[in-house]
Amino acid sequence: MKAITVIGGRLLQTAFVLLAVITILFFMFRLMPGSPLAAYIDPNFTPEQQAELMARFGLDQPLWRQYFIYLGNLLQGDLGESFFYRQPVAERVLALLPNTLILTFSSLILAYVFGVFAGAYLAWKRGSVVEQIGVPLVLTTRAMPEFWLGMLLLAVFSFGMGWFPAGGTRAPGAEYDTMWALYTSADFWWHMTLPVLTLAIYSQGLPLLLMRSNMMDVMREDFVTMARIKGLSTFTVVIRHAARNALLPVMTSFAIAVGYQIQGNVIVETVFSWPGLGRELVRAVQTADYPLAQGAFLMIALVVILMNLVADLLYAALDPRVTHE
Amino acid sequence: MSDALTPVGKSPGRFTRLRRALGSIRLPLHDPLAIIGLAIYAFFIVMAIFAPQIATHDPNEILFTSEFTIAADLRPGVDGYLLGTTTLGRDVFSQIVWGARSALLIGLTAAFMVALIGSVVGVVAGYFGGWVDMILMRLADVAFGIPFLPFVIVLAAFLEPSIWNVVIAMALVLWRDTGRVIRSQTLTLRNRVYVEAARVSGSSDFKIILRHIVPNVLPLSFLYGSIAIGWAILTEASISFLGFGDPDSISWGYMLQDAYASQALSKGSYYWFVPPGILIILIVSAGFFITRGYEQILFPKLDR
Repeated sequence: MKAITVIGGRLLQTAFVLLAVITILFFMFRLMPGSPLAAYIDPNFTPEQQAELMARFGLDQPLWRQYFIYLGNLLQGDLGESFFYRQPVAERVLALLPNTLILTFSSLILAYVFGVFAGAYLAWKRGSVVEQIGVPLVLTTRAMPEFWLGMLLLAVFSFGMGWFPAGGTRAPGAEYDTMWALYTSADFWWHMTLPVLTLAIYSQGLPLLLMRSNMMDVMREDFVTMARIKGLSTFTVVIRHAARNALLPVMTSFAIAVGYQIQGNVIVETVFSWPGLGRELVRAVQTADYPLAQGAFLMIALVVILMNLVADLLYAALDPRVTHE
Repeated sequence: MSDALTPVGKSPGRFTRLRRALGSIRLPLHDPLAIIGLAIYAFFIVMAIFAPQIATHDPNEILFTSEFTIAADLRPGVDGYLLGTTTLGRDVFSQIVWGARSALLIGLTAAFMVALIGSVVGVVAGYFGGWVDMILMRLADVAFGIPFLPFVIVLAAFLEPSIWNVVIAMALVLWRDTGRVIRSQTLTLRNRVYVEAARVSGSSDFKIILRHIVPNVLPLSFLYGSIAIGWAILTEASISFLGFGDPDSISWGYMLQDAYASQALSKGSYYWFVPPGILIILIVSAGFFITRGYEQILFPKLDR
């Protein structure tokens, strides 16, 4: 019963945040220079198209009414027409979402697997030279501009050695019958290697440092001392007893990391010409394709808000210390 | 009149209070990493202040070789250009030096604004509670739902592209972490005995906040401010790299964009795009090192 109220409260809060962000988005795109019509109507559209869009988004109506028409259209999945692609924004955005999600999840899984093991290792090696070098080194990777790391990898491994392609998702001229065929092709993964590596090197710091400090906490708990007294090997103590318990908070941080990563993807996707939501947002803003920019922004915000919710719920469900009194 | 009768044990004067508040901000001088961080900062501050003296050329000037052709893509050391030149014939070293100015300017102003907004929101929400707290914390929830980099991009593109708009866009979102932390700190302070005593003896809310709450949350504001410096510098670099930065100022992010757009990667002009990145790493990680040392002062439990 209590769980249901907790979940209900969280859902309500999420709905509120979503509505607020949508509202901010609506007014932000009314801020831009030029006529308010520019948010939806490209001067190059034919008069009939313009009239159709005027009616569809109520652009001749007062602002508050436009806002409600906008909300209504949004509920029906109508995000307007892209100026550049002459295609519904919703279609375009949904087509790009998988590219961004694949990039985000592959890099984060890589980062978390590495971070968890390296973090446990550094906690185990506490006070040693390895730790004294390791921790500042990890902090340094957190201080690195992701796009700069991407540029460096491109210059060395793509332009320098010629081992990896310089951008995109597929070899020039390569055609795939379905998106699924593309995603499962070696071509796609070969193109994805450098961007995934860039994002993973940047992201591993969070799970690593989190795992390390959790391990250090857990290692001083009674049950670990007990395991030691029982005469179990250090390896068994660290892996079987301590690491398992230290892992929980790291796993809940994964959802938050997805949310952060998806906003940061904007720039790495641009460096590697990766056709995802982030690069599309940048291009749409640059070319004043406002409906598309708005749609891409909304999609990214949706993922962020959803992941915040998942993290909250996971945290409440997994950590017995969090009670909802 | 009351001023004439100075009772024994009168509350300390304004300056004493200020000194006490600032005294709560100690520099982390016990930690070798933090000292390295402070040294790096000192280095960049000197570089920013004396940029005109240190730079060998005007960073925007298009330079020519002795044969009167544009000094484009020169390797380091050729014709006396320490780090070589860009494709448009500008001196890389001088751009690097001038870049320290915009990095520090943006980092410090954004961090100040983040710490200020976050602290005010946190203290007000935590101290007054009730509906004020409700509204402010829901605002923080909304700020957590806004994708940070896309928000800054869109705002910077729609407003005039200038350093200040980037700073404002950052401050509008990043206060959220500081706000939440300061609020929970204020909540624990609000019920302390000395605050209770001040309230009973008739101190106004404003006075209590200024005298008892603010000095105690200031170290935390400072901590979160110092974290924000690094974020702000990285964000500005990203925004400039994407081409939404201030066109009139030379920043390391702008240099990287220039290099990327001028095919420096395929030409292998490492001397051009490696140094700005290294300097960004140095200044941001210096902030992390100081922050860590500072955390150990604030939360000694961590120092084990």
